[in-house]
Amino acid sequence: MRTLKNYRLRLERKRWRARAFRKRRELSVAINRTGQIQSTDILLFSTIRNECLRLPYFLSYYRNLGVDHFFFVDNGSRDDTVEYLSGQPDVTLFQTDASYKLARFGVDWLNWLQMRYAHGHWSIVVDADEFLIYPFCDTRPLRALTDWLDASSIPSLSAMLLDMYAKGPLADVDYQPGQNPFEITEWFDSGNYTIEPNYKFGNLWIQGGPRARSFFLEDTYAAPALNKTPLVKWDRGYCYVSSTHSLLPRRLNHTYETGGGERISGCLLHAKFLNDFASKREEELQRRQHYGEGREYEAYEESTVDADGFWSPYSSRYTGWRDLETLGLISRGTWI
Amino acid sequence: MTVGFVMLAHASLDRAGQVARHLSESGAPVVVHIDRRVSDADFRRFKSKMQDYPDARFSERVTCEWGTWSIVEATQKAAQLLLDEFEHVDRVFLISGTCLPLRSIAELQAYLEAHPGTDFIESVTADEVDWPLGGLHYERFTLRFPFSWRKSRKLFDRYVQFQRRFGVQRTLPKNISPHLGSQWWCLTRETLTAIFNAQDREDIDRFFRRVWIPDESYFQTLVRQHATRIESRSLTQSKFDIQGKPHVFYDDHLALLEDSQCFFARKIWPRAEKLYRRFLDPAKSAVSTAEPNPLDIERLFSRSTERSMRGRAGLHMQSRFPPYGWSNGATAAPYMVLQGFSHLFEDFENWLDGATDLRAHGRLFASDRAHFAGGEKTFSGCLSDDSRLRDYNHQAFLTNLIWNTKGLSQCFQFDPADNQNISWFLAADQNAHIGIISGAWAIPLFRSDVPFPEMRKQAAHLQRTEDNFLRLLSDGSYTKARVKVWSLAEFIEDPNTNIEAMFADHLIQTEHLKLPEMADLIGFGSFLQKLRNEGMSPHVMGDFRVADGEVIVAVPPKKSGS
Repeated sequence: MRTLKNYRLRLERKRWRARAFRKRRELSVAINRTGQIQSTDILLFSTIRNECLRLPYFLSYYRNLGVDHFFFVDNGSRDDTVEYLSGQPDVTLFQTDASYKLARFGVDWLNWLQMRYAHGHWSIVVDADEFLIYPFCDTRPLRALTDWLDASSIPSLSAMLLDMYAKGPLADVDYQPGQNPFEITEWFDSGNYTIEPNYKFGNLWIQGGPRARSFFLEDTYAAPALNKTPLVKWDRGYCYVSSTHSLLPRRLNHTYETGGGERISGCLLHAKFLNDFASKREEELQRRQHYGEGREYEAYEESTVDADGFWSPYSSRYTGWRDLETLGLISRGTWI
Repeated sequence: MTVGFVMLAHASLDRAGQVARHLSESGAPVVVHIDRRVSDADFRRFKSKMQDYPDARFSERVTCEWGTWSIVEATQKAAQLLLDEFEHVDRVFLISGTCLPLRSIAELQAYLEAHPGTDFIESVTADEVDWPLGGLHYERFTLRFPFSWRKSRKLFDRYVQFQRRFGVQRTLPKNISPHLGSQWWCLTRETLTAIFNAQDREDIDRFFRRVWIPDESYFQTLVRQHATRIESRSLTQSKFDIQGKPHVFYDDHLALLEDSQCFFARKIWPRAEKLYRRFLDPAKSAVSTAEPNPLDIERLFSRSTERSMRGRAGLHMQSRFPPYGWSNGATAAPYMVLQGFSHLFEDFENWLDGATDLRAHGRLFASDRAHFAGGEKTFSGCLSDDSRLRDYNHQAFLTNLIWNTKGLSQCFQFDPADNQNISWFLAADQNAHIGIISGAWAIPLFRSDVPFPEMRKQAAHLQRTEDNFLRLLSDGSYTKARVKVWSLAEFIEDPNTNIEAMFADHLIQTEHLKLPEMADLIGFGSFLQKLRNEGMSPHVMGDFRVADGEVIVAVPPKKSGS
């Protein structure tokens, strides 16, 4: 039975890869700087749309961690995103106006780019509002982590999504490009997450946080998945299945211990709730290009969060990765 | 007295060269062995940078594979060269290319001079070592290992199992008593010469060629034959993690390494710029004769092992997910579950909050919402009081609550009318302290004016639910929780003693324990009789006699406290 199951997953993986291969035609290259890439470089892949607000800090944050080259797929931005990225020395930019939804929320495009460029590299896949935190990230660059993961034969790092929010009404957030978003949205929910193992892919399905407790009371099952595996030592045979929630082959999803011990893990701080949240929401309700037909945005419209915000007296304030570890959201595993 | 170094290097040669030059500049002769697998171009580059150092030599290159004899061979050749070329060297210190000297060579010399004729080498009898990396200790010497552990792990394991099953064994050479220890040592010229010039060296070497990981046993075993004084510890601070690879030090370990007063540390991340700059600084001059004190580092290492073996009890998160109810703590801390108390006593939770150090919640699993202490909408960790969120994953709700409030004992009320899905989890959790006054759920019914047929239905339902819970709790093979059960009749006989028995560990003041007002039970016996007359059989509350004006406990209750 296990053989049959494995074979099915293998076929599924091949199918996703074939799909990514087909979807490559939707991408046209705007700036190609892939010639600069060295064999040991750490690469970052991201699909974006109208992200002028976040990109300046995003780039400086990940450069600082030690990302050597960025791949962006711009999906029809109408602000200055393209111009801004053109001026960056370490960015390769692709453009497309094709449907985000039909590319399975960008997964197909990035799968193709990774297949083509990331083979043998440590590669990060994140959205422009996701900022990777890992144990010792304040003193050790990403390279220290990937070297250690290599030595430990760990091919992937899990980093759950942590929604960050400001105190007070969402509309009052005033974020300026280049600023650290977590100076403003510095609060998070520390302990209301639920975990369910997914037997098909072997990953953990994590839900909870401020969105679950504010928007998804009627349909708790539909609350957004927070488990992510953004950092992988890529091989051209790999592929992401749905967003960065799950990968194939299956073993890449097994980023946790089941015998009581702890493995290393990080966090993606989610800077979703900034100034442009209202306008993005508006646009997405029109475009209907997001997951679950933007159910989340509809739920948002009906709630009172605009006026009250997510903050509660039990919210935790973010001051660094060590807090997250103490709270049990991340772990250093055996890394000393 | 002079100490000379043997360095084995195979990667990050820039750093290895930097350390070798530093040692040489400090006046110590160095023999470097570069793994054969390093390209000739890299080797030449390395060599050219060492040109200006007359006291640096390169030994014959051997292809080193981890776990095999080749590493011992490389060490032998390099050490022999050092002894031959530098006659004034009387101590030989073995280091790797990723070692970093934490103290000056002058300090090391002074320390060694204070310990004349002593060999610093960790050497532990193979029968008695207890290292984390599985199983193979004594068997390293007695089994055969023709398959590469790195390349064909399965074959390696299967062949070991095969030999174990059929009792295939090698015979040990005479005079050999197997010892194991860290690969990194500091030996005297006399000991090394004695090992190298031993009459039976050929036989011994032939034997060790087939021993598993001989670099951790060859010298460690032979010193026992030749040394005069052995200090069984390494002057190099190094340890393997649970996977059997050395722990790595980074820039943020600077203070820790400085305080440790160890002579060498391994392994250093090649890009730990701050560490290399600080410890290879020639201006660093202070000479101390302090003993190495690696206690803090050891603590760090053992915490890492602890993390990978046991983790933090009661924590469920993205990289630790034992099945719910797993033995090493389904929850993070003890907590108390009370059933019936708040029906019997007025305003019980507030009293509990004041009289004990417990955080007293109401009914967390009530059907309308989770009644957190103080009626709050959210609680620690932003847990929501919404019943839908709670029931979506009731185990996560409880484990989260206990994890989020570690250090503050939690207590909540449970009731037959609540969502019972959690009861299995409660029963199986050894952190749960459950106290039940069975039948107390009848008190609010007794005081309400619900029409009687309706009331009878409710009572029957509640009694059935409570019965099920009690049956579950009395199943000794399943239940791990600490359980105390009183029937209502039994409890009110001596409420003070019973309360004290329940809260003994938590009471703030035990003298003059002032209990809250008890519900007035006059007429309760008649009420029960009326239920009986309606065709129901109330039994979990014990026996109350029908009497005018007062409650009399007639028959000793069947259920007794455990």
